[in-house]
Amino acid sequence: MAEHSENPYVAHHFTDMEQQREAGSLGMWGFLVTEIMFFGGLFACYATYRSMYPEAFGEASKELNIVLGTVNTAVLICSSLTMVLAVQFAQQGKRKQLITFLVLTIVLGTAFLCIKGFEYAHKFQEHLFPGSSFAYAGPHPQQAQIFFSLYFIMTGLHALHMIIGIGVLIVLIIQARKGTYTSEYYSPVDVSGLYWHFVDIVWIFLFPLLYLINRT
Amino acid sequence: MAHHVVPQKIYVLIFATLICLTLLTVDVSFYNMGFLNIYVAMTIATCKALFVVLYFMHVRYSPKLTWIFAGAAIFWLIIMFSLLASDYLTR
Repeated sequence: MAEHSENPYVAHHFTDMEQQREAGSLGMWGFLVTEIMFFGGLFACYATYRSMYPEAFGEASKELNIVLGTVNTAVLICSSLTMVLAVQFAQQGKRKQLITFLVLTIVLGTAFLCIKGFEYAHKFQEHLFPGSSFAYAGPHPQQAQIFFSLYFIMTGLHALHMIIGIGVLIVLIIQARKGTYTSEYYSPVDVSGLYWHFVDIVWIFLFPLLYLINRT
Repeated sequence: MAHHVVPQKIYVLIFATLICLTLLTVDVSFYNMGFLNIYVAMTIATCKALFVVLYFMHVRYSPKLTWIFAGAAIFWLIIMFSLLASDYLTR
């Protein structure tokens, strides 16, 4: 055991803190790679149908509210900023600021979900949710229904990831209040940040693909 | 290296860039550039994603192994998309 670090935070199978931290973040990256492939399948499906029905997708896309979509993109980017600052405060051992910025991230994440919910409600009222009550006045209702199926599946799955992310952040706040994280040990905050930014990236691609196909 | 402390100024600068690129992508969607529309939109989205990955996710300051993991994801995505396209685009 001569090689082993004296630091109580270092698990016995790691040489030092640096190695432990890198292993933790690499593990998260491994998970994110599977997530990229998971969403990638849906993006591939979208690409195929859009190449088959470009006009219908362009028409259906205009039904989405561009103002709400843009505001939501900005809200999510803001939440990424507050998250990255939270990670930095954790790194510096500033517990108060860490908690404040985790709370801010949750508030922004919740704001995103509220706006999304508002948009969903509107689509239900307009009978644009795929299914037996689907009603669309445009020239290609069948193909538009495929667009809306993809819209609800992709944004719904993204929203589910946001909800899970908010759950993770709540756990982080509870732990931070107990004083679990120090400038030496903050890996859970770090890897949760990676997850949060990944969810942001998914939206960065979803926004132009769903809302901005053809606005001319 | 997670230990690397990035100046907050850089985070704020990246944030401002991301907001500007969002406004740009909304703005260009109102111009009809034909088949170029999707390429412009995806180029802007890819730039935004790169900024997030390199700075917010600290990949720029991470060990080479993290680069390999992130690169592997893109590599397999390309395989999936090219095999799919080789079928649907040649029918």
